[in-house]
Amino acid sequence: MSEARAPSPGGNEPARSSDPMPAPAEAVALVDISKRFGSVVANDRVTFVAYSGEVHALIGENGAGKSTLMSILAGMYRPDSGVLRIGGKVADLRSPADAIERGVGMVYQHFMLIESFTVTENVMLGLAGEGFRLDTAHVEAELRRLSDAYGLGIDPGAYIWQLSVGEQQRVEIMRLLYRGARILVLDEPTAVLTPQEADSLIATLRQMASEGFCVIFISHKLDEVLAVADRITVLRHGAVIDTVDAASASRQELARMMVGRDLASALLDEDELTSHRTGDVVLAINALTAANDKRLPALQGVSLEVRAGETLGIAGVAGNGQRELAEVITGLRPARSGSVMLDWRDITSEHPRAIARAGVAHIPEDRIGTGLVGSLDLSSNAVLRAYRQRPISKGPFLSSRAIARFTDSLIGSYDVKTSGRSARLRDLSGGNQQKLLIARELAGEPKVIVAVHPTRGVDVGASEAIHDVLRAQRLRGAATLLISEDLGELLALCDRIAVLYEGRVMGIVAARDADAETLGLMMAGTSAGHIAAVRGAA
Amino acid sequence: MSGAPATGRLSGPDRARGSGWRLERVSNPSTVAQIVVPIASIVAALVLGGLIIFGAGENPLTVYREMATGAFGSQYQLSETIVKMTPLLLTGLGVAVAFRMQLWNIGAEGQFYLGAIFVTGVALFGLPGALLAAGPWAVIPVLVLAGMLGGALWAAIPGVLRGYLGVNETITSLMLNYVAILLSEWLVHGPWKNPVGYGFPGTEFFPAAPFLPTWGTTRVHLGLFFGLIAGLVLFVVLRRTRWGYEITVTGGSERVARYAGMATARNIVIVMLVSGALAGLAGMAEITGIGHSLQRGLSPGYGYTAIIVAWLGRLNPFGIIVVAFLLAGLLVGGEQLQLSLGLSSAIAPMLQGTILFFLLGGDLLTRYRIVRRAATPEPFA
Amino acid sequence: MSEVLTVGFLTSVLAAAIASGAAILYAAIGETFAERSGVLNLGVEGMMLIGALSGFAVCSWTGSAPVGAAGAIVAGALMAGIHALLTVSFRANQVVSGLALTIFGQGLTAYLGASLVGQPAPDKFSRLAIPVLSEIPWIGTILFRQDILAYLAYAVVPLSWWFMFRTRQGLNLRAVGENPATADAMGLNVAALRYRYVMLGGAFAGLGGAVISLATNPGWSENMTAGRGWIAVALVIFGTWNPARVAIGALLFGAVEAGQFRLQGINVPVSSFFLSMLPYLFTIVVLVIATQRSRRLRIGQPAALGRPYVREER
Repeated sequence: MSEARAPSPGGNEPARSSDPMPAPAEAVALVDISKRFGSVVANDRVTFVAYSGEVHALIGENGAGKSTLMSILAGMYRPDSGVLRIGGKVADLRSPADAIERGVGMVYQHFMLIESFTVTENVMLGLAGEGFRLDTAHVEAELRRLSDAYGLGIDPGAYIWQLSVGEQQRVEIMRLLYRGARILVLDEPTAVLTPQEADSLIATLRQMASEGFCVIFISHKLDEVLAVADRITVLRHGAVIDTVDAASASRQELARMMVGRDLASALLDEDELTSHRTGDVVLAINALTAANDKRLPALQGVSLEVRAGETLGIAGVAGNGQRELAEVITGLRPARSGSVMLDWRDITSEHPRAIARAGVAHIPEDRIGTGLVGSLDLSSNAVLRAYRQRPISKGPFLSSRAIARFTDSLIGSYDVKTSGRSARLRDLSGGNQQKLLIARELAGEPKVIVAVHPTRGVDVGASEAIHDVLRAQRLRGAATLLISEDLGELLALCDRIAVLYEGRVMGIVAARDADAETLGLMMAGTSAGHIAAVRGAA
Repeated sequence: MSGAPATGRLSGPDRARGSGWRLERVSNPSTVAQIVVPIASIVAALVLGGLIIFGAGENPLTVYREMATGAFGSQYQLSETIVKMTPLLLTGLGVAVAFRMQLWNIGAEGQFYLGAIFVTGVALFGLPGALLAAGPWAVIPVLVLAGMLGGALWAAIPGVLRGYLGVNETITSLMLNYVAILLSEWLVHGPWKNPVGYGFPGTEFFPAAPFLPTWGTTRVHLGLFFGLIAGLVLFVVLRRTRWGYEITVTGGSERVARYAGMATARNIVIVMLVSGALAGLAGMAEITGIGHSLQRGLSPGYGYTAIIVAWLGRLNPFGIIVVAFLLAGLLVGGEQLQLSLGLSSAIAPMLQGTILFFLLGGDLLTRYRIVRRAATPEPFA
Repeated sequence: MSEVLTVGFLTSVLAAAIASGAAILYAAIGETFAERSGVLNLGVEGMMLIGALSGFAVCSWTGSAPVGAAGAIVAGALMAGIHALLTVSFRANQVVSGLALTIFGQGLTAYLGASLVGQPAPDKFSRLAIPVLSEIPWIGTILFRQDILAYLAYAVVPLSWWFMFRTRQGLNLRAVGENPATADAMGLNVAALRYRYVMLGGAFAGLGGAVISLATNPGWSENMTAGRGWIAVALVIFGTWNPARVAIGALLFGAVEAGQFRLQGINVPVSSFFLSMLPYLFTIVVLVIATQRSRRLRIGQPAALGRPYVREER
């Protein structure tokens, strides 16, 4: 399928089209880097060079090895082999401190901030050249200056838990600036932002590049990368495919390099939409309110309806009530008021098992830890829903034969790659864990599917398989509530998309009429009605 | 380490991380490693224990030989080891049930005492004459129930507090050990004191009916049978029943158990009840099989040794049977030292602690593989 | 019974509360440091016993109580080092490793200390009345007629608090306990810090043991700590990982313990066995209250408590 270069030889030579400007200063070079985790090869002889004054995007599908490569640059992991140069000098990084020392700072996808500390305390953590006493005053003054200079709008005295996700990200950047980082690595920085917040971040990054910083930007969103980057390096299956100038690159070309073949049309085809009729309302949520773990309001009057054969997407920036919505529907969190109706029967705050029995499947946010037990074998995880039912159990006793048969059937029909049903779940790849979970949840042909980030942290193959499964469930007539932060995924799978902001529904749009701007405005807290009014006036 | 550049501000400990070794998780520990490592750990523990004994001025080889003959040297010694194995087996099983659910019940000692106290109360004051006349086979079931009830009720306190109020069960269960022991001391010094005991703290001897039958001329009593049956039943319950499955899942992750709709709080209480009942049964067996009265210092710390038994037996009932036997040998051997060489019997608990340390450390070698990493980058071409 | 309410009785109970609270206080402050770094150490009882024995033994050899206390500190820290090795480097279960430490400590001290049981102490920490201050009515008797180790405790509490919340080292300590991955990314050596504070915790527990064997009950007897190590662990929860509040808890316990002894002395019509139960029952009650309070106020334990930190595993 792929006439592009085969993965391994491409990475061996230094990047080919690497001379955009006369004699640019090399900021970092990773040469022939390999890194393996157990039997998984994350980086295979990767060579990557970035210059001062450029925004360099590193793109690739989930699991292509982008984050691993950059974690090596940031001193978090040590490569199995290969050489690292920073500012032209060979560097043997033994810890993140070594990397910071050499001016390399990284903003991870999961922010490296301590919630119970203030902004200043977070910045001071691990800072060299300070006295014994915790003297926050001078650091705070400098942080205020940086915040103003780059328009970050952060109060250094605030506690991290008081800040929004976007603000926390700016704290990360501010910390790197304070520490004198000249090379900034950002791991999928826009994944947690609204499109508008992302735009302002991109402006900040461009400003920094123009001041001589080297900005490395990890992403898998092609449009964004084309907008922000000077050069783009594509990784696939742990190897470098190519490095190209953004100015001369096309979306299709990049997509082909990333995936190894042409991208199929993402949207539901017209056929699928028209030939398929949705049925009656199966899941009806009325004025639902609920609290989060900190006992603050998380849902503030959410009303939604999902019909049989319909997929309703829930978009929104993380932490706006998505988790709580899924948990209230599935009985894991009590509702304060409002109701959840399944086929016009009230199931609000019923027992989780009763709700599951009534036909609600739940693909939770954290696979291991909520939906699966990592330390147990596949069989034990497979029967989590069915263990009280015949033929898995007869009276109080379990039938090991029935368990084996049931587990094998799940493994077989969902193509879970494993050494067998007695393998430990933790030893499966993320994608195969998720397939097993989905297989189990869908085994009873549920009426309602609540899927939360079903493809997060899953490799491309498994991710496509999961999308196919969800499409098939839609055609079968399941009513699906799909919660995702990935607008692409929502657009590809949903009939309608609702946007959740601070526990309220900002608006619901049909997926085929949806555009990123409208969704983005809603994700930032503008209601659909308001957007329409403004547009009407214009 | 020639590639290490000087980095000025960082201090010493950071350097250590650059060493060329790292641990890698092994997905399926090999059977050989699972057998060899524990044995090697025990040997290493005995070597270290030997050094401590040597440091205390004795010859470790003599000590170990004396302990081995003391525990397994003759039919009588062996029978004494089996006598000691009985309470260790029952309490060990009890602790293991709780540990499987990540419930750190370390109150087996107190639960053991409460079992003994309940049995004493029933045996001395609660048995109607008709039942006594009917003989041991009528009385023993009553006492079994009394012992299990005593242990279970005592364990229910930390169980309920943990299940419904989230209170740390480790500390509460342990505190209740002290309370239980003081309670039994009060009984044997006060209200239940044997009027003809010459001031020795203890109750009257039970009437003969509640004595557990013994094996031939030895002191091995029916309690051993209770232990073996309990082990078998537990094995089946944990592996083959819905409830056992719930325990396993809850032990793996309480959140997953909630997700699956399992009644976590109720299961916590039930597990603690079972755990306490087994320890109470141990107390019952000990007092009706051996002492035949409630005495001061009834347990030399069985409830604590039970923790070691459970962990060394990998929380597996069959493993626990084997380990209970071996650690009982250690205890009997320690007592033998006191008799024959006049040494402190505390060598036994000291060695238990050492063995546990080495097994904990040894676990790492079965779960992880040590891999040498190319520490110095290849010269840049 | 009216004796209970006299001023003399109360001041003597409070003075004794400080003396006997000091042992638990040191151990609890030490455990606070360890838990703040993210390592639960249930071996406090074992470390206290080792401290009590080595303190007494060293004092017997050298004839000096301060040297004995120093020995106790070193011994406690070494014991804690075993726990750090097993849990930080070998990633063993922290609960089980701590239990092992306690069992080992009980066995080792019973074995090695057998010959010291009942021996007289050549030296001990005696009470030192501080001139002028000790003359203040009531307060002087309560606060300023104590031994050196109790006076030291007055300083240790505010110093520990200041260290934890007002120094950069304290910030690092809290960081590895809250979020070791972040601390690591910021260049802190998580393993080294955890070793350091687990061992510091052991040193404090050792000193707490020495308070018992060299000051409050000079001498050595098997299991002489009688569960105080466990009470110390409970107090850390009660004190929500804050040295100041932990100190209040330790004083309360000292008072219950001292009051219980005094009551036994004046023949109250309650069996001494029940009075002896009071500290243990009180611990349970306090733990229940503390748990409810921290649940309501959402004051959590250090977020990473009990979890080993492994960087290079996914």
